Amino acid sequence: MKNKKLKFSIILPLIGLISIVAISCERGFSDDVDLATFPTNGDIYTDDPVGLTDDFFESFDPATGANTNGFGTDNNEVYEGSSSIRIDVPSPNDPDGGYIGGIFRDRGEGRDLTSYDALTFWAKASTSAIIEVGFGSDFIEDKYAVGINDLELSTAWEKYIIPIPDPSKLVQERGLFLFSAGTESTNGASYSFWIDELRFETLGTLGQPRPRILGGQDQTAQANIDTSVPLIGLSYTANLPNGQDVTVSATPSYFDFETSNPFVASVDELGVVTVDGPGEGGNNTALITASLGGIEAQGSLTVEAVDIEVISIFSDVFANVPVDNYNGFYAEFQTTLGGAVNENGNNVITYTDLNFVAIEFYGRDGSGVQPVDATDMTHLHIEIRVNEGIDPADFLRFELFNDFTLPAQLSGSYTIAANELLSNQWVEFDIPLSSFTGLTSRNALGALFTVSDATLSNVSLDNIYFYAEN
Amino acid sequence: MKTKILNNKLKSILICTVFSVGCMILVSNCNPDETQNVTNFNTISMQDEFDVDGAPNPAMWTYDIGTGNNGWGNNELQYYTDRPENVVVEDGMLKITAIQEDFEGSGYTSARLLTQGLFEQKYGRFEARMKLPYGKGMWPAFWLLGANIDEISWPFCGEIDVMENGGSKPTIVSGAVHGPGYSAGNAIVKEYEFTDSRVDSEFHIYGIEWGPNYINYYVDDVLYNQITPEDVTGDWVFNNGPFFMIINLAVGGVFDGNPNENTVFPQTMYVDYVRVYSAN
Repeated sequence: MKNKKLKFSIILPLIGLISIVAISCERGFSDDVDLATFPTNGDIYTDDPVGLTDDFFESFDPATGANTNGFGTDNNEVYEGSSSIRIDVPSPNDPDGGYIGGIFRDRGEGRDLTSYDALTFWAKASTSAIIEVGFGSDFIEDKYAVGINDLELSTAWEKYIIPIPDPSKLVQERGLFLFSAGTESTNGASYSFWIDELRFETLGTLGQPRPRILGGQDQTAQANIDTSVPLIGLSYTANLPNGQDVTVSATPSYFDFETSNPFVASVDELGVVTVDGPGEGGNNTALITASLGGIEAQGSLTVEAVDIEVISIFSDVFANVPVDNYNGFYAEFQTTLGGAVNENGNNVITYTDLNFVAIEFYGRDGSGVQPVDATDMTHLHIEIRVNEGIDPADFLRFELFNDFTLPAQLSGSYTIAANELLSNQWVEFDIPLSSFTGLTSRNALGALFTVSDATLSNVSLDNIYFYAEN
Repeated sequence: MKTKILNNKLKSILICTVFSVGCMILVSNCNPDETQNVTNFNTISMQDEFDVDGAPNPAMWTYDIGTGNNGWGNNELQYYTDRPENVVVEDGMLKITAIQEDFEGSGYTSARLLTQGLFEQKYGRFEARMKLPYGKGMWPAFWLLGANIDEISWPFCGEIDVMENGGSKPTIVSGAVHGPGYSAGNAIVKEYEFTDSRVDSEFHIYGIEWGPNYINYYVDDVLYNQITPEDVTGDWVFNNGPFFMIINLAVGGVFDGNPNENTVFPQTMYVDYVRVYSAN
């Protein structure tokens, strides 16, 4: 949502803090030291707001379309006691704003929430609807922000549990609650929802903590020295007392990051990986991992430091050139469905019902997209995951087109056999462009076709780029 | 400071006095009335602390192997083995692990340990300290069967379920008895719900105290049920003879349904100890 921009400015103060602590450790604290502590009250709204700023509700910026009118309390519709919070969600074309959302902030310097394990509340809506909720956003740092963007409300009062990924981090938290609601889930129809008994609680009934980075996947990336890539897809899953899992997004500050090879890559507190050098002793890879509250996170990034020129068609690591589409559908002949999807925080291309499909980058229908001059490139890098079983006769053929759709059009192809692919596992290919038989010129590449002739029907692609070693 | 200490002393004396009065009342309450049977089980008659790494002590434990009839009568999906992958003692614990794998025609493997023919006892306190697996389709259990099962068959031999858990309900366990007229779906059963803990995040003690005409069910120090002849809808078969113990981790079947796509494998049931006490 808003305010999710990473705040690099806090890195330096943090480093200062760490060194002070390190020095202090030599001596330990004297008995006279009173460590600053903050109130531990977990209540946020019972029948009245508890210890919140005078605004009570601080809206997202109306310039983003946030409607500030629909927030109030209700003495008729309550779960318990005499009052609840009532939120009227506007329709998208409401002149005062098409959605409603904001935060509740502690009026003091923040609260010590380290003894709690969850934010809980009761809620119901006038119709089934999906809203976003969370905590840890204070409109200042948003350092320990946690969110669920698909919380489903029903028309009956139900208790909702938002687990705290690592309560020990919340020694002074001002961002006590966040919500955001539009009408995407109600086909544009406005509705109301109510929240009651909103508080941090110590449940003791949450289990199976599972932190994840990169959507829990083990990913690899080639990257040039001095480039950086942020770790994305950070989340935390816990099992609720009813046996259901709940997954929240969590900011990098909940995680501790680690690199296996500092000669190649480092990773900072905000999960930004920087390639620092070519490595020593011929080892040019570093494994980036993370943990949360002492629990190892699923997912990792293997960084390979390289020195290459890249023209990237589709990748989370390199800047991509503009393309027309990832599935230039050719009606009648083509069965292939799908295209670019976000898979747990990792952008991939997934095709189903594949027979053939094109990624086009030639300026289709006057789009202005420029063809790629890959004259100086030597290889096509592509990663393939077959999302089904593989038979011996299956294959994937890649076809590159120069001067696509023009009279001078020419093309070359390269076929990958079944025994080079793995079922449900990523396989990397670095294909010499000289192996694309027939591609005698590559100064204006405009399309990359993937062809299976229906031998393979469900296939994912990632990290598609042309490169040359410097 | 001094006054404070003095105050504290005074308070302690007061508390002690109140306490003694309380104790006296308690003592006088201990006279059992005619409807209540109280037996104290203070003598250890069998214990396994699982302190020796390797296979479980063969003098105490034997195994059921395979799939039984119709998944041990419950449509269970696992093939029971005694392989170390499925059952091992290490880290001071017995570990029974359910694995998703193709094995002898089954999709899962796990283990079921019995004391049949090795340790059997009538009456006593039977308890195990355990941390349970989680996820839909997990069915860990600690239970007792009448040692005469091969002569008179189930359910006439009687079955005492000390603890059963369905992995989709991480805060709920249950204890039950099965006998003639009250078996399978008609068993006498009661659930216990943890309000501030879970079966898969912490070790808990699951136990029964079984004496003439009663079985008391415990979780940790909470007595949550007593079953007596009045509660069962058939003959009381629990005064007849000794029972043996079973600890197993089933996968799928009638208790919690089958695993689903969210069930994580492998899953392990951890047993810190099994202890049995008798009255003398």
